[in-house]
Formats: sequence, structure tokens, C-alpha cells
Amino acid sequence: MPAPIRLRELIRTIRTARTQAEEREMIQKECAAIRSSFREEDNTYRCRNVAKLLYMHMLGYPAHFGQLECLKLIASQKFTDKRIGYLGAMLLLDERQDVHLLMTNCIKNDLNHSTQYVQGLALCTLGCMGSSEMCRDLAGEVEKLLKTSNSYLRKKAALCAVHVIRKVPELMEMFLPATKNLLSEKNHGVLHTSVVLLTEMCERSPDMLAHFRKLVPQLVRILKNLIMSGYSPEHDVSGISDPFLQVRILRLLRILGKSDDDSSEAMNDILAQVATNTETSKNVGNAILYETVLTIMDIKSESGLRVLAINILGRFLLNNDKNIRYVALTSLLKTVQTDHNAVQRHRSTIVDCLKDLDVSIKRRAMELSFALVNGNNIRGMMKELLYFLDSCDPEFKADCASGVFLAAEKYAPSKRWHIDTIMRVLTTAGSYVRDDSVPNLIQLITNSVEMHAYTVQRLYKALLDDISQQPLVQVASWCIGEYGDLLVSGQCEEEEPIQVTEDEVLDVLEGLLVSNLSAAVTRGYSLTAIMKLSTRFSGVNRIKKVVSIYGSSIDVELQQRAVEYNALFKKYDHMRPALLERMPIMEKSASNGPTEIVQTNGETEPSVVDSKHPPPVSQPANQANDLLDLLGGNDVVPVIQTTVPTKPASAGGELLDLLGDLSLTIPPMTAYNKNGLKIDFTFERANPNPNVAVITIHASNSTEADMTDFVFQAAVPKTFQLQLLSPSSNVVPALNQGTVTQVIRVLNPQKQQLRMRIKLTYTLKGSPVQDLAEVNNFPPQSWQ
Amino acid sequence: MFTERMYQHNLMRFLLLFSRQGKLRLQKWFTPLTDREKKKVIRDVMALVLARPPRSCNFLHWRDIKVVYKRYASLYFCTGLEDQDNELLTLEVLHRYVELLDKYFGNVCELDIIFNFEKAYYILDEFLMGGEVLETSKVAVSVSMENADTLQETMEEYMNRPAF
Repeated sequence: MPAPIRLRELIRTIRTARTQAEEREMIQKECAAIRSSFREEDNTYRCRNVAKLLYMHMLGYPAHFGQLECLKLIASQKFTDKRIGYLGAMLLLDERQDVHLLMTNCIKNDLNHSTQYVQGLALCTLGCMGSSEMCRDLAGEVEKLLKTSNSYLRKKAALCAVHVIRKVPELMEMFLPATKNLLSEKNHGVLHTSVVLLTEMCERSPDMLAHFRKLVPQLVRILKNLIMSGYSPEHDVSGISDPFLQVRILRLLRILGKSDDDSSEAMNDILAQVATNTETSKNVGNAILYETVLTIMDIKSESGLRVLAINILGRFLLNNDKNIRYVALTSLLKTVQTDHNAVQRHRSTIVDCLKDLDVSIKRRAMELSFALVNGNNIRGMMKELLYFLDSCDPEFKADCASGVFLAAEKYAPSKRWHIDTIMRVLTTAGSYVRDDSVPNLIQLITNSVEMHAYTVQRLYKALLDDISQQPLVQVASWCIGEYGDLLVSGQCEEEEPIQVTEDEVLDVLEGLLVSNLSAAVTRGYSLTAIMKLSTRFSGVNRIKKVVSIYGSSIDVELQQRAVEYNALFKKYDHMRPALLERMPIMEKSASNGPTEIVQTNGETEPSVVDSKHPPPVSQPANQANDLLDLLGGNDVVPVIQTTVPTKPASAGGELLDLLGDLSLTIPPMTAYNKNGLKIDFTFERANPNPNVAVITIHASNSTEADMTDFVFQAAVPKTFQLQLLSPSSNVVPALNQGTVTQVIRVLNPQKQQLRMRIKLTYTLKGSPVQDLAEVNNFPPQSWQ
Repeated sequence: MFTERMYQHNLMRFLLLFSRQGKLRLQKWFTPLTDREKKKVIRDVMALVLARPPRSCNFLHWRDIKVVYKRYASLYFCTGLEDQDNELLTLEVLHRYVELLDKYFGNVCELDIIFNFEKAYYILDEFLMGGEVLETSKVAVSVSMENADTLQETMEEYMNRPAF
């Protein structure tokens, strides 16, 4: 049997292949040769064959049949064999395969080998891919080597110990004694790996952290020596002595100094020294400065030092090196909450970064810019951000648009400015705004009563220019439907009123209905707007005609709407004015931006329930659906009210299954207590889903008369889902003689703070009573 | 909060060397992944890095990690970091590895790494372990390599067989 071809010859041969197919053929041929060589148990050339296999593995070909061969190589006495064998093990094996456990014994022997380079191989392999079982078996050996005076082995043992601790945290304790004098070492390799080990231990255990705090003075001393020492060729990088070690020490100091005044004070001076004396002309100096800044910001440093740190970041922002600018923006983003004023000082530089060519930098600059917007700088900042929105890549537009809306909502100096800003976003990035912007904007516009004429005029003009951006078109349609009367009467105060006739307006709206650019939803908005104008415009014949045409539309949604509006013209004309009345002001549900109250599966309560006339069920409900979609809550309390006849009997069974094991660790609370009606909440966790809180309401009545027709409704913010099951009864007996109970299930996947708005209606002594209340006093355990 | 971190914290998750044509020259993994997952990482990261315009900054985001890469002649040196880590220092780590390769091979080029890939791994293993820097002295790494190589050849000479 001729000797197998040498590794380098194989590599040369494979590289001559001109096609993938040719390469595959060569590989297959060689693999076959290698396989038969393995079968013959050839010790001499095993090493060569495995090396070739590793090369082919790197090209992407399967090499699993070499795994056992690696183990045989590791067990060999030849150093060359071991070297390739361990390399093969690290490349081909991992802890998922049982095979790797066979290595344990070999590694154990090699950890005790007479040659340090063999010991080194074993430590390296264990430290790279050792599984938990292997780590458990061999931790003792590693610990022994951690105490050796041989620095080559000691440094490897230290990092191996780090790996062991990561895999089996319980073993951390056993390495504690060996750490005693690690920092007294002179060898930088050992020092560096020791600092890494100490860092790992401190990060994992508060006890260790407390224990190692006493090392702060020693660490400070080592760092000082590194900075003050003269040129050391062995560790020098562009004039800085061992930057890797410096950075690791700074990181360890950060962990030790965090939340500890004494430690922080002990390191103040050295941090100031590093911050001021480090050479910044090369990347390496800036790397150290960067770590220093991170440390200063994280520990309890005095304010002077913090300002120094932020100023360093500010200087980074002006650096020619993109990497440094990027890193500065990232850090400023982290500190903007805690050191807001200091970061504000660099606002103009940050805003300039919006114009940077580099995508990563632009993104960071955008995020940071939004974080810096406040009441004082809103006008200036918004100008820059809107300019950015105009010119940025599509990948940024959605986030930027959302950011602009949020900022405008928080800090708008005037309603007109707010609406102008929104218009600008809709016209420049209209196709990128998020779906929920449309209802939010409509709510905003509705509530800015004095701006209605101005808004509808601007939106109308925008429509004349461009009907392709759906969110813009939807908002515009809605507004024209609402305020079309203001549009044609030319009432605008803010700017020159335009002259437009009713027919022109209807032309535009009808144009939307037929345009290919309009989405189905948009068509719905448009049709409804046309309908609304029937009570605002003088001529209704045209509108009647449009509505009747769409009664036979192929689009089911449009057809349904048209049919119902038709019915409104024909049979219920007396109700039309009331139904199509101007929208009332909607209360804002939350102060910090768009949290909508959403309905989940189930019937929705039409808002016109109070109407004296018996409403035809589908029609106002349809109108109400529009309202509910747009409103986002308040008077209309969207909830699942599953009334008795529609509730399947099996639901009770499901409920019991889901409740499962009840651990009543959450304290009950009183949600409402007014006019004799008291509502208590008790809590359970639903098994198996821990994100679901099951709340049972208990309604009791301390007045002298029964409360009849008692209805409890609830709504929750957008990130939650709520399900209301049937109540035990509709009558709350007087004088606390009994309670009405009802179960609410709240899904809270984002674990946000639970809030709820409840609506109570009942009849007391013949008079209807209605009340709305907010429930904010949920115990933290109910939503955490 | 660092004290609440439960996942494995590494300086680096992986180190990849690949050419401009997308050929992998070295792969070192510091976290356990299946072969399939590794292939996916390689594919995705390579695509992202190779698509970068020249003169971009050396950092980009991919999933939940920061990718730091630097091009040296025809090879990209590319690593994936946890969010916590110091990207600027990582550039120094990559640079140090290149210097070590250069010292060992004498004016290293891609062909050296192709034909002597196992040596590239051995050098890496004397410099990094488990994603952390093992030795900060260039000299120390060179000395270890020399000694280990000598060990290898001595035995082979004794056996009177070529290395491979």
C-alpha cells in the first residue's frame, strides 16, 4: 500500500480543480483512501490522514468519520499526533456527541504529562470545548495546575478555570484558595488571565465580589506601574505598555467599584490619570480611554470625573476615525439617561453625525438624537431630524418616523407646529409610518379643535399632489369626511383659505375609490368619508349615487358599507344626522404616547347603545367599528362581554383546567369603592401560562337596595389582552348579602405594569347609574 | 446589570478568517454550536462583511452580537462579540494575531495560511483561549511555538518519517 499523499500535496491538487464538481470528485477519492487507511489501523500515517481530513472539513465536506481517529491520535505518545489529534477534537467534536467523553481520560493523563507543551494542549482543549461532565471530572487537575509556579501552565490553567466556572458555576468555590497570590505574579500572561478569572468570579457571585474588593489597591498599583513604567519591548504596543492587561484591569475595577463608595474613591486618581495621560493618536490609546470612560460612568465617581469622561466621548465624536465616532455614539447612548445635561452639550456634534456616510454611525446618531430631544431644543432638533428623514435610506425611515411622532407628541410647542410636523412626515415618508400612526394621528387631529380647518385644508392640498402614500391618504380622507364643511366654506385662519367646491371634494374622494394606488382599507375610509359629507354638504344626490353604486362592489367590505349607508338614506334617514355627527373630543388614555386600548376576540359594544330608537344591529355596529378602530378607547369600552346564551358550557371546564394549581401568593386589592358599590380583585396565576393573570372580581353592595342590571366592563392598554368571562349574576344584593363574581384573564407577555379602566353600570332604585374608573393599584406580583 | 446575567459571557464568540471570494481559511468557535448553526453563522456574517463598502467603520450588528472585522490584504479577520465588550480593543486583538502570524511565517500571506492552516490554529491557541487573551507578550507566543515545533520535529526525526 503506497504511502498516503502528503497534506500539502493534497491541498495543491484540490486547488487546481476548476469546478465544484471536479473538487468534489477529488475529495471523494481522497476520503475513500483515508477511510481504508483508517480501517487498516495504520498508526504511522494516521496523523497525516486526519490533517487532510481537517482541511477538507474546512472546505465544507463532512468529516465525522475521523472523530474516533482524533481520539486515537490524542492517546498516542507522539507529540505530532497529539497536536493534530487535539486540534481535530476541537474542530470535529463538541459536547453534544457522547464520543467526546472518551477524551476525558486522555486529557487527565496529559494534564499530568512531563512535557509542559502536552499539558498545554490538554488545558487548551479542555478550556475550549470541555463539556460540563468533563469539567466536573477534571476540575481538580486544573486547580492543581493553577497553583504551579510554571507561568506557561499557570496562565492556561487560569483560563481553563474560567471555562470550568462558566460550565459548572457550582465549582467556583474550589478555585478560591488558588487565587490568593495570583496578582503578585510578574508574568503578564498570568496576570492577564488571573484578572480574567477574578472578573468571572466577581460577576457570578456577589459574595466573591465582596471578597475581592480588597484587591482594589493592588490592582490600582499594577495599573499605575504599567502606565509609569518605561518602554518594555515585550509588551509595548505603539508606546503603550500591555494595553490588553490595562483594559482588563479597568474592567475589573469597574465591577469592583460599582455601587461601592470606598472602592470607587480608591480608584478615582488612577482613572483620572489614565484619562488625561493616555496617548490618543492611535487606536490602542483610544481603546484604553474608552474602557476608562466606561468604568468612570459605571462606578460612583465624583462629578468632575464624570464630566471628564463625557468630554472624552465628545472629543471622540470629532475624531477622524470612524470606529471611534461609532464607539462614542454607542457610549453616549448608554449614558444619556443618567448624565443628560452633560451629553446635551455635545448635541450639535451628534446631530452632525446624522450626515455621516457610514450606516452604523447614522443609526446610532439617530437614536441618540431622539434621546436628546426636549422641550427646549424641539424646534431645532426636529428640523434636523426631518431633514434626515427626507434623505435617509429606507431602512431608517420607519424608525425615524415613529421617533418624530413620539417626540412631537411629547414636546410640541404648539398644536399648529405639531400638525405641520405630522404633515411633513406623512408627505415625505408616508409609506413607512407604522400602522398605528393613523388612528393616533386622527385622535390628535380631533382633539386640536381650533386647527381643524387648517388641518383639513393642508391634507386636501397634499391629496391633490399625491395619493400613493396610504397612511396620508387615510388620515386625509377621514379629515375631509369630518371637516369637509370647513373646507368648502373657506374658514381657515392659519393660512390663506383655498377655494374649493363640494363637487371638487367629492371628485377627490371618488378618485381614491377607483384608483389602483388605494389599498382596500383606504377605499373604506374614502367611502365612509363620502357618506359623512352627506350631512355636511348641501347636495346629497351625488353621494347617494356613489353609495348605491358601491352596493354591488366586489369588495365585500365596501359592499357591506355601501348597503348599510344606502339603508341609512332610505329607511333610517331620520337617524343620519345624529349618526354622522362630528366626533367628540377623545380623552387621551395615557400621557406618554400611544397606548391604545384594544379589544380582543368577542363582540364589541356599539357606542350607540344609549340611543332611544331600536338600532338595526349591523349598521351602527359597523359605524361603531370604525369608531372603535380609530378611537382607541374611553367612552366606548371595548371588551369581551360573553353573555350567558353565547357562552358554551364547556368553557367552565376549560377554565378549571387552566387554573390548575392555585398558588394564592398575590394579595387581593380593592379596585373600586364608591356610592356603596365595592369591587375587590383577587388574583391567581394561570397554569401553565405564567404570563396570564387570572383576576376574580367580587362586587358587593352596601346600600339598602339591590343593584340590578349590573354590568362590569374592563379595558387594558395595548400590550395586554383581556378576556372577561360570564358573571355569576346581574344583581348585586343589598346590604352586603352576597357578591357578584366574574373572572378576568389578562395576558401580559411583556410583563408591563398592569393598568385597567373599568366601567360599571347598574340600576339602583329605578335610576341608571354609570361610572368609569382607573385601576392603578395592582400589586407588583400580579404582573411581574 | 452584570450580576443578573445568566448566559455565558465570552469576550468572543467566534473568530473567522475568509477571503474576498468567500472562502473560509480558519474557523474558531468559542461557544458550542451545531454544525448547521456554524454554517449559518459563517454564511450570514460573510455575506454582511463582504457587502460592506470600503472605508466603512469596522463594526456592524448582527442578531444580538457585534461583529468586528478588519481586512488584511486578501483576508478578512472577523470576530463576533458580546454587547459588553470593547470593540476598539478587539481590533487590537485581531491586529496582534496578524502580527504573530507575520512573525512566524515571515511576511505572511494568504497562501501561508492555506498551506499551513494547522500552524495558524496552533498560534491562535497560544494567543487566545476560550475567547480571552491568553498571552499578551508577542515574544512569549513566538517562543512557545518554536519550542513546540522543535518538539515535533525531534520526535519525527527520531522516527525517521516526514512530518506529514
